[in-house]
Amino acid sequence: MTIADVKRLLKAEILCGEEYISKDVHTACGSDMMSDVLAFVKDQSVLLTGLCNPQVIRTAEMMDIICICFIRGKRPEESIIELAEERGLVVMASDMRMFEACGILYTNGLSGGAKVE
Amino acid sequence: MSNLSLKYVVDNQDFTRAGEASSDVKKKLKMMGVPPEAVRKVAIAMYEGEINMVIHANGGEITVDITPTQIIMILKDNGPGIADIEQAMQAGWSTASENIRALGFGAGMGLPNMKKYSDEMDIDTVLGVGTTVTMKVNICVSHKI
Repeated sequence: MTIADVKRLLKAEILCGEEYISKDVHTACGSDMMSDVLAFVKDQSVLLTGLCNPQVIRTAEMMDIICICFIRGKRPEESIIELAEERGLVVMASDMRMFEACGILYTNGLSGGAKVE
Repeated sequence: MSNLSLKYVVDNQDFTRAGEASSDVKKKLKMMGVPPEAVRKVAIAMYEGEINMVIHANGGEITVDITPTQIIMILKDNGPGIADIEQAMQAGWSTASENIRALGFGAGMGLPNMKKYSDEMDIDTVLGVGTTVTMKVNICVSHKI
C-alpha cells in the first residue's frame, strides 16, 4: 500500500507532504497517547491519532514514522503542519473515528507490525 | 569518528519546544553516519527524558557525548526528585496530572522506555534538589531492540 492508498481509503485530505504520497507503507499504529507510541511501536510507518499538538510530529520524527493521519475531524494548527513539512512528513486529516480508520487500513493489508508474545 | 560533546538547555514548562534537543541530536548523529538503530535508540530515549524534564522537573540541561563506540546522554534537572525509583520504573505508574495526559504523555512509560532504549541507565536523584539520568547507547553492538 502507498500513502496515496491510505489517503483514498480514509477519505482524507493531504495537509502537507503531497510529494511523498507514492511512498510505500506496510504497518500502522493508532493512539492518542504519544507515550504508548514511543513504548510499543516498532517500524511503523503510519500514525493515526486524534491528538493535535507539536509532540505528535516530534514523536513521529523520533520513531521514523513517515505519515501522520489526524482522525475524528481534527485539524492541526499551521505551526504543527510547518514542523511536519520541515521534516518531510506527510500529514493528512480524516473525519473517520479511530476504530473505523484502523479497521479499514487493516482489512486492506496494513498490519500492526508488533506481535503479542 | 572523533569525539563530540553537545549541550542543550531544556526550558521550564515550554511544552511546544520540548523535543527540540532530541531532534537536533538525531539529525547530527544521522549526518555523522551513526548506524540507524543506534540513532533511533538515542532519539527515543533522549526524547522521553526531555519530555520528563519539561513536564515533571522545571527543565534542566542535557549533555550528549558522542564517542566512536558509545553515545552518552546526561540529563540533569532541577525538579522535585524521585521519591521511589523502583515505583517510578514500573510501566503505567505516573504522577502526571490530567493536563499532561491530555497532551499525550503521562502514561507511565517514560522511565521504562528510557531504560528499554538505552544499553545502560543510571538514575541519581535527591528529593527537593533534582535528578540526573545518565543513559548510554552502544554503537554497533546494540541489538537490544
